[in-house]
Amino acid sequence: MPLKDFFGKRKKYASIPSEKAKVDVPEGLMQKCDNCKQIYYRKEIVKSLYVCPNCGYHHPMTAWTRIESLFDEGTFQEWDAGLTSANPLNFPDYEEKIKKDRQKTGLNEAVVTGTGVIENNQVAFAVMDSHFRMGSMGSAIGEKITRAIEEARKESIPFIIFTASGGARMQEGLLSLMQMAKTSFAVKRFRDSGNLMISVMTHPTTGGVSASFASIGDYNFAEPGALIGFAGRRIIEQTIREKLPNDFQTAEFQLEHGQIDKVIHRHDMKKMLGKILSMHADGR
Amino acid sequence: MAPIMEFEKPIVNLKEKIKELKAFTENSEIDLKDEIKTLEERLAKLEEDIYGNLKPWNRVQMARHPDRPTTLDYVERLFEDFIEFHGDRLFGEDEAIVSGIAYYKNQPVTIIGHQRGKDTKENIKRNFGMPHPEGYRKALRHMKQAEKFNRPIITFIDTKGAYPGKAAEERGQSEAIAKNLMEMAGLTVPIVCIVIGEGGSGGALGIGVGNHVHMLENSTYSVISPEGAAAILWKDAGEAQRAAESMRITAPDLKKLGVIDEVIPEPKGGAHRDIDKQAAFIDQVLEKSLKELKELSSEDIVEERWQKYKKIGSFQTV
Ligand SMILES: [Zn+2]
Repeated sequence: MPLKDFFGKRKKYASIPSEKAKVDVPEGLMQKCDNCKQIYYRKEIVKSLYVCPNCGYHHPMTAWTRIESLFDEGTFQEWDAGLTSANPLNFPDYEEKIKKDRQKTGLNEAVVTGTGVIENNQVAFAVMDSHFRMGSMGSAIGEKITRAIEEARKESIPFIIFTASGGARMQEGLLSLMQMAKTSFAVKRFRDSGNLMISVMTHPTTGGVSASFASIGDYNFAEPGALIGFAGRRIIEQTIREKLPNDFQTAEFQLEHGQIDKVIHRHDMKKMLGKILSMHADGR
Repeated sequence: MAPIMEFEKPIVNLKEKIKELKAFTENSEIDLKDEIKTLEERLAKLEEDIYGNLKPWNRVQMARHPDRPTTLDYVERLFEDFIEFHGDRLFGEDEAIVSGIAYYKNQPVTIIGHQRGKDTKENIKRNFGMPHPEGYRKALRHMKQAEKFNRPIITFIDTKGAYPGKAAEERGQSEAIAKNLMEMAGLTVPIVCIVIGEGGSGGALGIGVGNHVHMLENSTYSVISPEGAAAILWKDAGEAQRAAESMRITAPDLKKLGVIDEVIPEPKGGAHRDIDKQAAFIDQVLEKSLKELKELSSEDIVEERWQKYKKIGSFQTV
């Protein structure tokens, strides 16, 4: 199928996440837990939202599976679905890499934005997907997130973002770095307008994303075990010439160091977000 | 004497030779005027060829030159009555960032800059100009103060990056930088940022969100070091030169990309060859920036900055 047809076809389902989610399930009857190596029926782990029934490890989720797990049925509407990266620096091999990940994931970029209802609360939403270029932040991501936050401000609804990013999109050079500033402007404008912003950091949230919108919600949450930090473990170990503890830069480590508000289990996420959203809606 | 960079060796060698010949003529009967003149012409051409066509990697070397002037070198030359203030009021003092107030052409301003050391001892004290969270928090404290007292903010960017250490992570390096970006977005006073050496990623941006962002001709500004990019992209840190070229990290390239406003020229052979002259070049651009921004109301200052960053990016719709 030509690439264009492939995406043209997908667009039709923009508001039906479950249809999209189905495509994301790879073939194979069995799956191994990345952490404890237990083997399960695939259906079992899908049913548990990719949380290992044995050890509780939270496997990365695709954007559409996440959306399906959070929103009241049939309420999600996608924004800017066709927005994707250009190659502003004419960086060698960049376009091929993007093309490959578009085919692999069915996404046009590493973030899906839109609006929907969580437990009766209308919200604007952005969810990053680390299966696409490791969630690295390029111009298209910066633009989509900025637009989503601005839209939330105009509509005066809460903004929730699920982050997942390995850091910068090197192939976009300094334009990648500047997305940190651009999105932070949007957050500033949004927070000053009196609206609620919630950031939920999922595995992994590092580098530029962690040093911008991920860390400046009114509330910053994380999934259990998620890797969260500014610099990479290997670079830190090389710099300070010592071995870091195993739990370094985990969600629990960040909680202990006062950097996040709460660690929330994936199975409790929808209910907890719903509760917090309602508490903010009722006070207004 | 300044350490010599590989690419400028032919110039230095030729200069040596001319010096020798001149010394020789002084104590001898033989007239070498014509020979010297020829060599001097050749030198002028050679300098033009080499310094006029610097490769990205040569600029990386310039930006990292051990004698490259630092924030305090410029503060001394551009401002009067600089008073440094210390501490973030939360954890400690970070000498990788200097911050204080001074007069710029009779107007009080707030100055914030990364500060490298001049020698090993000072570099250890200043952590090689790589800040911890308290450095960014100190900077923010001073920026808020500038806003309160209606002083323009001038920042000098010169860091390999925010420090990648254990304590820095424990104290929230990410949050410290993120908060600065968010707060700088909303400050109601003019912010002018000048990249004077290496602009290393989030550590540079943490004090680098401005109405105007300028770069010295041979400074660099990059999302990741060329070595880091090469290691990730091509599994070979030795490909750093290739990465430096591909990532467009030089001032002229970034001006073309629309990320910075002005390229500030450097004296022939780099800022370290003539610091006074370099300061004078910065002075011209800084004065112009502040004059322009002075015309704007505080709302327009914020709005102009937002419009500038809102536009940055390159994408398409399929
Ligand atoms: Zn497991």
